[in-house]
Amino acid sequence: MTRHARRRFLTYLVAAPSLAVATKIGLDAYAPGNADAAIPTPPAPADLVDLGDLLILAGKPTANMLVLSVNEDGDVHFRLPREEVGQGLTTAVAMLVAEELDTPLDRVHIQLDDARPELLLNQLTGSSNSIRSLYDPVRHTAAAARARMVGAAADRWGLKARELTVRAGVVVASDGRTASYGSLSAAAASLEPVALTVTPKKESEHILVGTPTSRIDARALVTGKHAYTLDLDVPGAKPCMVRRPPTVNGTVKAVNNESAVRAMPGVLDVVTLDTGVAVVAETFGQALDAKEALDVTWGPGTVDALSDDDIRARLKAATPSLDVLGVLVKKVEAEFDFAFASHAPMETNSAVADVRADRAEIWSGLKSPIAAQAAIAKAVGLPVSEVTVHVVQSGGSFGRRLFHDAALEAAVVSKKSGRAVRLMWSRIDDMRHGRMRPATHHRVRATYAAGQVLTFQHQVAAVETDFRHGLGDAVTAAAADLPTGIGNATFAQTLFLTTVKSPYNFGVTTQALTEVPLKMHTGSWRSVYSANTRGAEEIVVDELAAKLGKDPVAFRRAFLKTARQRAVLDKVAAAGDWGRSLPGGWAQGVGFHEEYKSCTACLVEIDATDPKKPRVTKAVIAADVGRVINPRGLEAQLLGGLTDAISTTLRAGLHIDRGLPLEGSYSQFHYARQKDSPRDVKIFVIEGADEPGGAGELGVPAAVGAVANAYARATGTRPRSFPVNFDVDFTPFPR
Amino acid sequence: MPSHTFSVNGETVTVDAPDDLPLLWALRDLLGVRGPKYGCGIDVCKACTSHLDGEAVRPCVVPVSEAAGREVTTIEGLADGDRLHPVQEAWLEQDVAQCGYCQPGQIMAAVALLKRTRNPTDADIDEIANVCRCGTYFRIREAIKSAADRMA
Ligand code: FES
Ligand code: FES
Repeated sequence: MTRHARRRFLTYLVAAPSLAVATKIGLDAYAPGNADAAIPTPPAPADLVDLGDLLILAGKPTANMLVLSVNEDGDVHFRLPREEVGQGLTTAVAMLVAEELDTPLDRVHIQLDDARPELLLNQLTGSSNSIRSLYDPVRHTAAAARARMVGAAADRWGLKARELTVRAGVVVASDGRTASYGSLSAAAASLEPVALTVTPKKESEHILVGTPTSRIDARALVTGKHAYTLDLDVPGAKPCMVRRPPTVNGTVKAVNNESAVRAMPGVLDVVTLDTGVAVVAETFGQALDAKEALDVTWGPGTVDALSDDDIRARLKAATPSLDVLGVLVKKVEAEFDFAFASHAPMETNSAVADVRADRAEIWSGLKSPIAAQAAIAKAVGLPVSEVTVHVVQSGGSFGRRLFHDAALEAAVVSKKSGRAVRLMWSRIDDMRHGRMRPATHHRVRATYAAGQVLTFQHQVAAVETDFRHGLGDAVTAAAADLPTGIGNATFAQTLFLTTVKSPYNFGVTTQALTEVPLKMHTGSWRSVYSANTRGAEEIVVDELAAKLGKDPVAFRRAFLKTARQRAVLDKVAAAGDWGRSLPGGWAQGVGFHEEYKSCTACLVEIDATDPKKPRVTKAVIAADVGRVINPRGLEAQLLGGLTDAISTTLRAGLHIDRGLPLEGSYSQFHYARQKDSPRDVKIFVIEGADEPGGAGELGVPAAVGAVANAYARATGTRPRSFPVNFDVDFTPFPR
Repeated sequence: MPSHTFSVNGETVTVDAPDDLPLLWALRDLLGVRGPKYGCGIDVCKACTSHLDGEAVRPCVVPVSEAAGREVTTIEGLADGDRLHPVQEAWLEQDVAQCGYCQPGQIMAAVALLKRTRNPTDADIDEIANVCRCGTYFRIREAIKSAADRMA
C-alpha cells in the first residue's frame, strides 16, 4: 500500500445555491517515504524525507479549504491556492478535476485564489511541490462533487446511486434517462449528509489523467487575449516606473530636480521610496523618460566595494577544506565556480495597486501572496483584512516571484500619490536590482581503489540565498518536529540537505553547504542548489569514470542505486545512440539527476568546433516522475530545464562590478536564443508508479552535467568555471 | 500635442502623443491594445514584435509618428474573427506556450518569416532572435515547420 493511499479526506458541503464542496485534509499520521534500504551509502536526510514532504506536512492542518463549485450551467469552478507562471499547473489541476468529475476539460475553470491568510503555510508555489501536495486533495474534492451529483440524480429518479453512470458531465440511468450536472447542481447542494468520505477513481481507470493534453489557456496565450498584470484594466491606474540607485541597495539622499521632472510632459507625480524614486505618468514611455531625467543624490548600497574577484575569493576562503589524505590514496579532485544568474523572467517585475484610506487592492504575480499581503498591510497602515491581494498568472518566475517587491512598491506609491498605479520595472533594473541565483564555489573529491569509489566529498560555499518569503517558515516549522536531526539547522541548510543528495553508491558520501552572507538580492533559482551542486558532481563523475577507464554511461550504470534510475539512463543512451562517432570538435555528454522523488537523464551532442561558440545540436531526455498527470506539460518543463542548463553552463551569467551587476538586458545576459538551441530534441516520459514526484526543477541539473561533459569531451578541456564563455562582450548601460 | 492617425488591426485610430513616444506605449497605454509586450524597450528581446505594413518591427523603438498613415498589425489582429491564423493553429498543435509572455512576439516574427520564405530552413528559423525565457525554442521550431506545411 502506498503512503497516499492511506490518506483520508473529509469533504464538506459549502452553503450555496448550487453545488460547492470543500475538502479538508485529514490529520493522519505521517509515514516517511521509503528510503533505499539496501545500499552501502547511508541515506542522506533527503532520502528519508524530502522538501516536498515537509511542505505537505506543514500545509496539512490548514489545507482545509480547496473549494470546487458547479454552476447551474454545468461549468465547474475551482479556486487554486497557487500561482501559474507557465509551469502548466492550472492545466494539470483542471485535468484532475475533469477526470474525477467525468466532465469535459473545457467545462473546468481554474481561478487563482487571492491571498488567503487562513491557509498559512499552504499557499506557496515553489519547490516543485504543487502537484505533489494537491494531487490527493484535488481528486477527493472532485470525487465528492461527482458523488453528490449522482446522489441527486438517484434521489430524483428513485434509483440507487450505483445504478447510475456519468458521461461528459451528464448522469445517465440504465433506462436511458439523463440529467446534466447543471440541472442537478441545486439539488446536489441541499442533500444530506453534509460531510462525506469518498474514494477517487483508481489510477488504472484514469482516461484523461496521464494523456498528453494541451494547456487550457493556450488559445488565450496565442491570441494575445491573456491579461498579465499590466494588461489588466484597473480604472484610473496610471503607469509608474522607479529610478534606482547606482549600486545594489543604495539609498535616496536627495532628489535635486523634482520640480523640473514634475513639469515634464505626462508626468503626474514623483514619489520617493526606500528603493528609489518613482514617477507616475500618463504612459510608460513618459514615465521612463522622466525617471531617466531625475537627478538624485544616492547614499551607499550594501556591497559597493565588491566585485566578482572579491566575491569569488571570499567563497573560496569559506569553502571548508577536505579531509587530509595519505599520499597513496587515489583520487579525483576539482574546484568549481558558478557565476550569479538572473531569473530574468520575460515579464519584468510588475504590480497594480489601488490603495485608499480604508482599503487596498493589489494585483501581481505572487508565489507567496500571504507574505505579500502582510508586508503591504504593514507598509500602508491597514489591517490585513482590508488588503485584497489578487494573484495574477504571470510571465515566468523561475523562483523570482516568491518575492513581492514590485507589489510593495506599487502599494506605497499608490498610497502616497493618492491614485491607482501600474508599476513596472525596466529590464535593466530587473537584471541589476532584481533577484539572482547566488554565486557558488565547490570543492569535490572522490577517492577510489580496486575499481570502487570509496568516498565522495563535496563542500559548497554559496552567497547566502534570501528565503525570507514565507517558504522558510513552512519548512523549518515542520522540520523542527522531524527525527532526521535537521530540526535545528538553519533554513538554508535544511533546504540543502533535503534537496541535494548523491544518487550513486560512492561509499561514504558527504555534501555540505557553507553560506557567505552578503547583502545582495539573491533568491532561489529553478532547482535552487542542485543545478550547480549536482552539475559539478556530474562533471566529477565523468572524470572518475575516465580515471577508472570506464565509459561514462557504463560507469554511471554500475554505480547508480536503483533499477528505476538505470532505466532513464538506459533510455537516453539507446535513443541518443550513445557512443556514435562524431566529427572532431563534436562530442556527446551525459548527466543524471534525482530529486523530489523523480529522476532524469540527459544526453546531448555539442558542436564546439569553435570553443567560443559552442552549440548544443541535439538533446535526448528521459524522466520518471512517478505518476504523470500531463506528459505534454512534463515535456515542456524538461525542455525549459534543458534551455536553462544550456544557457547558464555555456554563456549566461551576471558579472558583479563595484556593487552592481553589469548586465542589463538579454543582449548582455546571454540567455539562449533559437540559434543556441538544439534543432533535435527528444523527450521520453517513463510512466512510473506511485504518487507524483516533482517536475518543475528536475530537468536543470542533469542537463548542466550533460552540457558541461559534452563541452569537456569536445574541447579536451576540464571546465571549472561557469558559464564557460563569460567575457564582458558588451558596453554596460550607465548606472 | 501632435496627433497621429494610423490603422491598428484594420481600424483607423488617432492618438494625441509626442512624436517620439514609442509606438508600443501608444498602443498599450493610449489605445488599450495590450497584446504586444514590453520586455526590454530597446529592440533586444523582441517580445513586442508587431507588423508595420506587413513587416515585422519592434514598436518599442518605432516612434508613433512613424506609424502615421500606415497599417499596424498586432497579435490581436492576426486571427480572422474566431478563425486563427495557421501559425497560431500550429502553436496550439505544438502546445508551444509556457508562460506565454514572449509568444505574441514569437508568433508575429514567425508570420513575417513565413511571408518572406514559404519553406524556412533550420538556418532561417535560427535567425529569429526573439527571447523565450521559458526555453520553448524547440517547440517554436516545430510549430514554424508545421505552419509552413499548413500554408503550403
Ligand atoms: S520590448 Fe521591444 S524588443 Fe524588447
Ligand atoms: S513562453 Fe515564457 S518567455 Fe516564452
